[in-house]
Amino acid sequence: MRDLPGVPSRRTFLKASAATAVISTIPLSSQAATPTPPVPLDEYQPKTLSPVEWAFVMAAVARLIPSDGDGPGAIEVRVPVFIDNELGGGFGSAADWYMEGPHQADASPLRGYQTPLTPLQIYQQAIPVFNEWCQNTHGKIFADLDADTQNQALASLQKDEMKINPELRDFFTLLLQNTKEGYFADPMYGGNHGMQAWTYIGFPGARASYKEWVGRFNVQYPLGPVSISGERA
Amino acid sequence: MARTEKKKDVVIVGLGWTGSILGMELAQEGLEIVALERGHDQNTVPEFQYPNMIDELKYGVRLGLMQKPRNSTVTIRRSLDEAALPYRSLGSFLPGNGVGGAGTHWNGLNWRPMLSEYRLRSYVEERWGAGIIPEDMQIQDYPVTYDELEPFFDRFEHVAGISGTAGNIKGQIMEGGNPFESPRARAYPMPAMPTTYDGAKFGEVTKAMGYHPFPRPGGIASQAYVNEYGMQMGPCNHCGFCERYGCYNYSKSSPQTAILDALKRKPNFEYRTKSEVLRIEMAPDGKTATGVTYFDENTEEEVFQPADLVILAAYQLHNVHLMLLSGIGQPYDPVTGEGVTGRNYAYQMNGGYTMFFKDEVFNPFVGTGANGMSIDDFGIDNIDFGQEGFIGGSYISSGQSNGQPIRNMPLPSGTPAWGADWKKAVGDWYGHVMSIGSHGSHMSYRTNYLDLDPTYKDRHGRPLMRMTFNWKDNDIRMTQFMKSKIEPIAKALNPTVMQAGFKQAGAMYDVRPYQTTHNVGGSVMGADPKTSAVNRYLQAWDKHNIFVMGAGAFPQNTQYNPTGMVGGLAYWAAHAIRTDYLRNPRPLV
Repeated sequence: MRDLPGVPSRRTFLKASAATAVISTIPLSSQAATPTPPVPLDEYQPKTLSPVEWAFVMAAVARLIPSDGDGPGAIEVRVPVFIDNELGGGFGSAADWYMEGPHQADASPLRGYQTPLTPLQIYQQAIPVFNEWCQNTHGKIFADLDADTQNQALASLQKDEMKINPELRDFFTLLLQNTKEGYFADPMYGGNHGMQAWTYIGFPGARASYKEWVGRFNVQYPLGPVSISGERA
Repeated sequence: MARTEKKKDVVIVGLGWTGSILGMELAQEGLEIVALERGHDQNTVPEFQYPNMIDELKYGVRLGLMQKPRNSTVTIRRSLDEAALPYRSLGSFLPGNGVGGAGTHWNGLNWRPMLSEYRLRSYVEERWGAGIIPEDMQIQDYPVTYDELEPFFDRFEHVAGISGTAGNIKGQIMEGGNPFESPRARAYPMPAMPTTYDGAKFGEVTKAMGYHPFPRPGGIASQAYVNEYGMQMGPCNHCGFCERYGCYNYSKSSPQTAILDALKRKPNFEYRTKSEVLRIEMAPDGKTATGVTYFDENTEEEVFQPADLVILAAYQLHNVHLMLLSGIGQPYDPVTGEGVTGRNYAYQMNGGYTMFFKDEVFNPFVGTGANGMSIDDFGIDNIDFGQEGFIGGSYISSGQSNGQPIRNMPLPSGTPAWGADWKKAVGDWYGHVMSIGSHGSHMSYRTNYLDLDPTYKDRHGRPLMRMTFNWKDNDIRMTQFMKSKIEPIAKALNPTVMQAGFKQAGAMYDVRPYQTTHNVGGSVMGADPKTSAVNRYLQAWDKHNIFVMGAGAFPQNTQYNPTGMVGGLAYWAAHAIRTDYLRNPRPLV
């Protein structure tokens, strides 16, 4: 570790700040100081997904970003809530996208999103197809399989071993993309609960002011994240 | 026709950088002006304000400031015998939407092209002979010289507020700047921004290798600044939310920070939003435009706006689309080679190395869109095309622009895309990565062009524009050459692990990953009306009261980000209109 020559070092101060949680002396907004505990996921009422779809998403994201090991899993940061929200909004309905026909869903993947279906419709139609494949191949629908078999089944889905209808072929890509979005997006969208994913990797969220840190080479930024609504972690 | 508005002297189509520049310049002549913007109005406050703008999902991923393909898009095919398909969701390029246009959401990188780029065909023919130009390559000279443009580059840089270190002032090489840059009359308006750790490492190692590193010039304020219009910028705080975002801090050059508030105070200037121009209307003799017809989303009706002068100042793709729809210039035909509108569409050829350092810390969220250090030792002026077997060049840089984790999460190749190993890898590697990128030229070719799609229509029933585009061997050889030059630099940095991302022979255009919003050509400027759509003053050859701004004028793409050239050309054209055209409207060439 080193500092720029001639630049007074604040490193010691800032490291001390982090270690002793000096940031807690910054006044918290009343909203941030009294967070309402969220509804537990097993009691959560999905707004967009059906019970079978919700069970699939719960099971799938738990394998895509598992809970074991360092860092939160998708379940701890409430990714399923994020996905339920996004599929119920403009993303799920492809509100911004050009959806006029004719469609050529089996075109080369390099040519982008070509299915006539919206992301929500892809989830709704692909989950039963995948569940049926899991039933036929592994004896149970996806959510009822053990974790290792679920991992195998997702790998099969990723490699398209079931030769899914081209209109649904973006399903795994969407699922994985939405899972990572829910892991790392601002908590106001329902995922990244408590900014745990940001804390895990060291992203300060919406702090967005680092003038004094430009020249501090190879020194870890010490402050934890803030969210757009003013939460701190 | 539901409504006809009161006649104006000037109608400007689109209120981004060039619309704002032409609006201000022509308003200073006392002309009555209306600008028509198809998108919404937006200002630093409230639209870009903190903390709402610091939202990767809304703006970085869902692309809140970009054009909605549902409202406006193109179709794309890779060859003449492929059926084009709509660009249904944005990927490869991201045209902006709303007041300020792409000027609100750019990274701020600002350059002047190298000297050879203004007269590329002549330069190649003089040095190596026409024989080294591939059969299907259609490179051309600009019909204007660097010396003619220099005062207008200077003007734009001082309006936009560019930070940088001059490398060549009137022929004198300046320590710390880019010794290969085109000579400038004076220094940048602001000193260069400081660089982050990655740029500093790159600068150190390239200097030791005998190269000439310099801070990347950009429209990011390094200090407080007031421009000639009285517009103020504040020093940047390196928040890392430039590209895809509006600047909350009045630090990034944009029409909002540099021009618009001053322009809006002109009583003879008016702008209307949610007003999408559908076509330019022509006089019966076909030699001039009479105004434009637009769709007013507020009243849901078509409106005719008469005007004596029509300035096309929308994004490059939309300017060309309007020209094709309105019969401005003969549409280009790639089989016969005849026609000009849509000819010479070109893009950008970029590549890069990613380096992972187990024991070093980069704080990737500390950054700006123009952060870091560059070298121009392999710029287009510095390459022996005859020896290397390609025409082109690149500037090479390192400098982090953001650490937003949904999109900016490079991991060592071979890392699974999900599961326990993915989660471990993001914990291990986030913040321990730097990259070196090459940003390269892209030539123009017989079969890369724009025309109207035969099948797909937009919401107004107009044909979508069709882009026919694929990568070509020349530019792939260029980027592979850059790979061979960057690899030793990357190795000299001694990373734990490193990996390359450069296009390889046979690469097909993939519309999915973001590449760059540097779409150029299609309304090319030139000296010959058979191979260009506009003359040296950006005036349509066949309709003298139509001027076409923007990167559509580029006969091929330069090795640089286009905004500096776009701004310089806008001031150049504005000067010709002010000093010559207005007193005697006619073809200026």
